[in-house]
Formats: sequence, structure tokens, C-alpha cells
Amino acid sequence: MVPEIGHFALALALALALVQSVLPIAGASRRNAVWMKSAQATAIGQVLFVAIAFAALMQAFIVSDFTVRNVVENSHSLKPMLYKVAGTWGSHEGSLLLWILILAVFGAGVAWFGSNIPAETKARTLSVQAWISVGFLSFLLLTSNPFERVFPPPLDGNDLNPLLQDMGLAMHPPLLYFGYVGFSIVFSFAVAALLEGRVDPAWARWVRPWTLAAWVSLTAGIALGSWWAYYELGWGGWWFWDPVENVSFMPWLLGTALLHSAIVTEKRDAFKSWTILLAILTFSLSLLGTFIVRSGLLTSVHAFAVDPERGLYILGLLAVSIGGSLALYAWRAPEMEPGGLFRPISREAGLLVNNLILAAATGTVLFGTLYPLILEAITGDKISVGPPFFNAAFIPMMLALVVFMGLGPFLSWKRADIAGLLDRIRFVVVLAFIAALAAWYLLNGGPIMAYLAILGAAWLLFATLREWALRIRLFEVPLAESARRARNLPRASHGMTLAHAGVAVLMMGMIGSTGWKSEEIVFAAPGTEVTIAGFDITFEGATQVQGPNYIADRGTLVVRRDGELVTTLFPERRYYPVAESQTTESAIRSTLAGDLYTSIATPASDQVNNAGAWTLRILYEPLVNLIWIGSILLVIGGCLSLSDRRLRVGAPRRAKQPASDAVPAE
Amino acid sequence: MKRLIAGLPFIAAVIFGVFFLWGLNPDRDPNEIPSVLISQPAPAFDLDPVPGLETPGLARSDLVGNERPVVVNVFASWCVPCRAEHAVLTRFVEREGMRLFGINYKDKPEDAVKWLNDLGNPYERIGSDLSGRTGIEWGLSGVPETFIVDGDGTVLFRYVGPVVGPDAVERFTQALKQAGALPKGAAS
Repeated sequence: MVPEIGHFALALALALALVQSVLPIAGASRRNAVWMKSAQATAIGQVLFVAIAFAALMQAFIVSDFTVRNVVENSHSLKPMLYKVAGTWGSHEGSLLLWILILAVFGAGVAWFGSNIPAETKARTLSVQAWISVGFLSFLLLTSNPFERVFPPPLDGNDLNPLLQDMGLAMHPPLLYFGYVGFSIVFSFAVAALLEGRVDPAWARWVRPWTLAAWVSLTAGIALGSWWAYYELGWGGWWFWDPVENVSFMPWLLGTALLHSAIVTEKRDAFKSWTILLAILTFSLSLLGTFIVRSGLLTSVHAFAVDPERGLYILGLLAVSIGGSLALYAWRAPEMEPGGLFRPISREAGLLVNNLILAAATGTVLFGTLYPLILEAITGDKISVGPPFFNAAFIPMMLALVVFMGLGPFLSWKRADIAGLLDRIRFVVVLAFIAALAAWYLLNGGPIMAYLAILGAAWLLFATLREWALRIRLFEVPLAESARRARNLPRASHGMTLAHAGVAVLMMGMIGSTGWKSEEIVFAAPGTEVTIAGFDITFEGATQVQGPNYIADRGTLVVRRDGELVTTLFPERRYYPVAESQTTESAIRSTLAGDLYTSIATPASDQVNNAGAWTLRILYEPLVNLIWIGSILLVIGGCLSLSDRRLRVGAPRRAKQPASDAVPAE
Repeated sequence: MKRLIAGLPFIAAVIFGVFFLWGLNPDRDPNEIPSVLISQPAPAFDLDPVPGLETPGLARSDLVGNERPVVVNVFASWCVPCRAEHAVLTRFVEREGMRLFGINYKDKPEDAVKWLNDLGNPYERIGSDLSGRTGIEWGLSGVPETFIVDGDGTVLFRYVGPVVGPDAVERFTQALKQAGALPKGAAS
């Protein structure tokens, strides 16, 4: 019964979306206030019905209703409750339902909180958002109904892929989707602006909180996915340039560019058509990601089960939404008047360079990701593009970006004073070079690129702190006066400082864990000793242990330094009988200085056939935790900026409430 | 000029779209690794028998001049999937009359002997490739791999990974039938 209610709720949501896609926009062109107002009710109704459908599916997972095909294929009665719940979005159908739920949440968010947006803009925006809803709801109902029943019902389910039975990954899709799909409302705003033919600073201000909310979630989602890959896959890497990782990274890069160019549109009424284009392209890349993950177009370890019919349907959706919006852009954008003028050395120019580099980086990742497909189509050759390409092409661009990232905040709008600028950064440049040279002296060895990166990261960190110190006149005036100034500074400014510093911290982690990683792979019998990065590790043997829905081989590794016991690590190799697959549970000793990372595998080589020998993989990754700390700083920075008062201008009644509440967390 | 620049993103999107449409062709499998050996003569090799086993060794000349195409399977006792595949291949030999030759890849002879004694030996001939040299000649990407070779010594088909599970067995059966590797009137 409950699954049928869910199915029916989806159909109702589609009906509402159909109404919303026509009525408000027609009202906007006929100046019919009632028709425009209808979007308010339909948007909120949509989110209600989709939420009912989502709850119905979740209920089926929680009670293990094996008459529902989706539950049979992705759950098992013995699975821990947390993963039963997470199983709701573990499959293609369920995750698509989550996708649509978030789409509806953002639409309802604008309907509910957008009281400062003019009625016509709001009506058009919500209609555009409903077009996307119609596309995806019909896709779900026609090709991938999550409530399909199965008869006769089996006694138990097939289990969720054990790799996905993990806390980090249970939370990863919701956050990632919140980011991905959050850009949909920015896209809708952009298309509405093109239809209206008007973009002004107010438009940029309405769009900014939604862009920021989506960007923050996407940042958190990507970081969480990367963290999961790091400790779950057992390779000790945190980024693999896999196509599925790349398609989540591209909207992030372009979304970052959008955040910055929207500032220029807001403050200086410039970059208008560029901001609109970025808004369209960012969501287009999110759609592209959805398409690639679900169509089997490229090879990846993460992709969903492949179905060409679904692929064709999504491609159709892409053709209409991306093709349509870009055609509209080609038609209307040239008519937009250019805004404020600026000198080559100014805040605007700095942000322009930032945007160009980010866009070029996105293009590089896009090209690298799709190159195998393009090459196969033209010549028939099959290749894969891996880290060497991306590292060679991407890292130099990011280093250039970092230089401008440090510089940008010092520049003033319109025209910056070069002499004053040089005076203010002189000290920072010297400090950054000292830091890089000190690293070179202390570490001797490691790739030359790593030292350039250290120089860049040190420059960014010191420049960001220096700029913040200048703003609050730290050490120039009494501390109490500085503290008062810090309190009076807009929160967006603190947010920027935190986020930029977060990037510097993140870079340090990346440099340390790639440039100075040590790795040992040994075939070890009990009693084997391994020495790595000053640790002496003794393998004491492995025992078999029984988990709720798996059996594991658990190794015992005693870690000593200079004869003193540091810790004991228990890496596991788990076998899930129902799903017939294995996972690696690495054991990690985490400190700020670095991670001692161990994982165990059964021997699969002819060199060791003697019983009791295991393959041990032991890594030392210096500073790797700074990656996660830096990501957290980015997220906090984004949230701080989101709570800035400026974003709530025009909605004084809500002035006490932080704007982060603007997104209901259903 | 301005119009042209504004139209560029649209044009780029259309070009990408055409590639995507091509990529959705259901016959295209991006995971498939094309073998350079298909329709090429099998590489020359001459392997000694596995010591301690009565089955004779294997050379390229054994694959040539047979009435029907034959199957060459690369296996090892240390390879877990091979164990599962062994039962499938044995069934093909016993029920369908498939002719099976083995290359024992980088395996200790005593382990290989024990493995075959435990599970049974469906192979007509087995060459011991202790150094892995012949594996390289055949372009192995892993163990197990299975090839169908016709009477001229031409490689007709390559299967990477174990022939286990309904899909794999179906694909393999199709390949055997197409190559004419099964005698007429065999079971099923």
C-alpha cells in the first residue's frame, strides 16, 4: 500500500510541476498577479508530494519490504539500520528521487523565502525550475519507477554494494546532490533573467545565497567522497581523476568562478552576460554529471548500472535544457549593456583573471574526461586519460590561480594603487620565499614542483592573513580596537579570509601527502617487521572475525617508535557473502603530522604460497589530514559568507535569522 | 562579432551532444579491451609439460591443423577465480565435446599437480609457463584468460576473466558455436 501512495504522490507532483511550468510564466507576460502567485502554492505542493514519495521509499527500505524490486536489489534484512536508510539513495532510482526532492526543495525555498524578489522574476524563475522538474519526474516515472513491485517476493534481498556500506558514503550523495542540484535554481534565475532581458546588481544579490548554499554542499560532498575513497578503497589515495570524480569537480570549479563573478555583477554592475553564462554552464555540468554516471558512457568504478534507454532519455533532457538555454543565451545576451569600466589593475581585473583560470581549468578537466570518448568516436582507439595528464595540465593552472588569489583581496575596485599594493605585499612575498627555502633546506629531496607549490601555499596563507590583519589594523591600534573592527567587518569578508586560508591549508595537505608519501608493500608472514618513516611495525598475524553481515580477516600490527609502543592497528579484509564481494577496511593512525595507513589483502601471487602470509600495504602520508581540515575551513567560510547581512537586504523582517536557514533541511 | 561569441557555447554544446549520442550506441562497451591478437596468428611458443603430471606439454604446433577450433585456457592454482571457472570448463569438455588446452601460468609445479588432482584435469595438454614469457606473448592482462584458436592457428576470440555466471557462459557458448568449435550433435 505504502509504495503505491509513493507512486501516486510522484504522479501528483508531476501534475503540479506541469501547471507550474506554464501558469506563472504566462502570468508574468500577461501581468496576471494571480497566475504568477500560483507558483508559490505549486512549488510548495511539489516538495510535499516528492517528500511523501521519498518517505514511502525509505519506509520500504526500513521495514525491508521485499515486494519492492528496488529494496530487493539494494537491501538485505541483516544490514545495519543506518545502511538500510542510506540504501534509499543507493540505487539509480532512489538517488534520482533524492535528486528530484532536492530540486523541489530549492524551488520551494525560493517560493517561500524569496519575498524580496519581484513577482515577475520569481514567477519566471519558478516556471523554469518546474520545466526541469517535469523533465526529471517524467524520467523517473517512465523509465525508472522506484516503487515497482516484484512477484513472487524473495525471502531476502541482494544487499547493497558493501563498498557503499559506510558512514562517509551514506552521507556523500545527499550533500553532493544538494550541491549539484542547488545550482538548478541559479540556472532558473539565469534563464528567467534572459527571458526578461534584464540583469542588474539586485539580480546578483538574489542569486548569491543560493549559489553559496549549493557551493558549500558541493564542497562538503566532494571532500566527504574523497575522504571515503581514502580510507575505504585501501590505496591511500584521495583523488584519482576518475570520470565520476571529475564530473562532480567541474561544477565545483565553475561554481567557484560563478561565486566570484557574481560579486562583480553585484558590486559593479559588470560581467553580466558572463555571470549568466556561468550560471547556465555550472548547472549544465551538473546535468552532464548525472548523464555520465547513469549512461555508461565512460568507464568508471563508481557508475550506476547501465541502461541505454535511460541514457537516451537523459540526453534528450540535456539537449532541451542545455541546448535551449544556450540558444536563448546566444539570442539575448548580446543585447545586454556592459556595465562599469575598470583599469587593468583593479579588483575587477583580479576577479576576471580568477574567472578565466577557473574556466580554463574546467575546460581542461572536461577535455580530459571526454577525450577517450572523442578519440574512440573518431579513430576507434581506446585509451584512458589518467592522473599524469591532469597533474601536468591542472596543477600549473592552480598555482597561477593561487598567485592571484593572494593578490586579489588587496586590490580596490575600479583602480588599484600599485605603489601602495607593492608596499603592502612586499613583506608577504619575502616571508613566502623564506618558508619555501626553509622547506627546501629541511626536507631536501622531493619533486621541484612540490617546492613551487609550497611557495604558492605559503604566499596564499600569508597574504590572506596579512589582508585580514590590515582590515582590522592588527598591531597598529590597540588589540581591543582591532577586535571591535573585526566584529564590525561584514561576515562575508571573514568568510572569504577563512575560505582562502582553507585553500592554503588544503594545498599543504595535498603537497605533503603526494610529494613525501612513503609506501611499502610486503608479503608478510607473522613476525615480519617493516620500517617506514621512523615507525617499526610488527605483523603479529591475522585472525578471522564475524561481523553482522560479513566475515573478516583481521590483521594485528604493533607499531613502535624507538622501541616504544605507539599503537596497535587492526586492518581488515571483509567478505560479504550475500553480495559476494570484498572490501578493505584500512586501519589508520591519524595525527596532524601525518597518517600511518595500513591495509591487508589475502596473498594472490605465486611468490607466496606458504600459509599464513598476507599482503600488507603500509603508507605514511605526511600532512594528509590538512586536506580535510582545509575543506572544513572552506565550508565554514562559505557558511559565514552565507550568513552575511547583505544577503538579507530587502527582507528586514527576517533580519534576525541567518540566511542559511533559507534552505529547509527536509 | 558579439553575436558569434555568444553563440559559441551553443555550438560547443551541440558538438559534445553529437559525441554523446554516438557514445550511447548499445553495442558499444567502454570496458571492453580490444585484443591485438584477434584475427592474428597465435604467437609461437613451446612449453614443457608440468613436472609430475602425465599430461604432455603444449606448443603452437598442437593448436594448428585440428579439425575444429580449439580452446586455450590460461590458469594457475593461486588464482581463485580459476577454481570457479574450472568446473565450467570441465562441463564444456565433458558434455559439449570442446577441446581444451591449458597454459599453467607462473605456478609451482607441485601446486599445479595438487590442484588438478583435487579438481580433476579436463586439459588435453598443459604447458608450464613458469617464467611468464608465453603469457607476455599472448598479451595476458590477468589470469584466467581463454582463447579460441582455429585450425590455421588464428586467434578467433579472447575472453578476459573467468567464464563464470550465466552472462559469461552465454557469451562464451556463442563464441564457441560461431567458431564451430563444438562438434555437431553435442548435448544441448
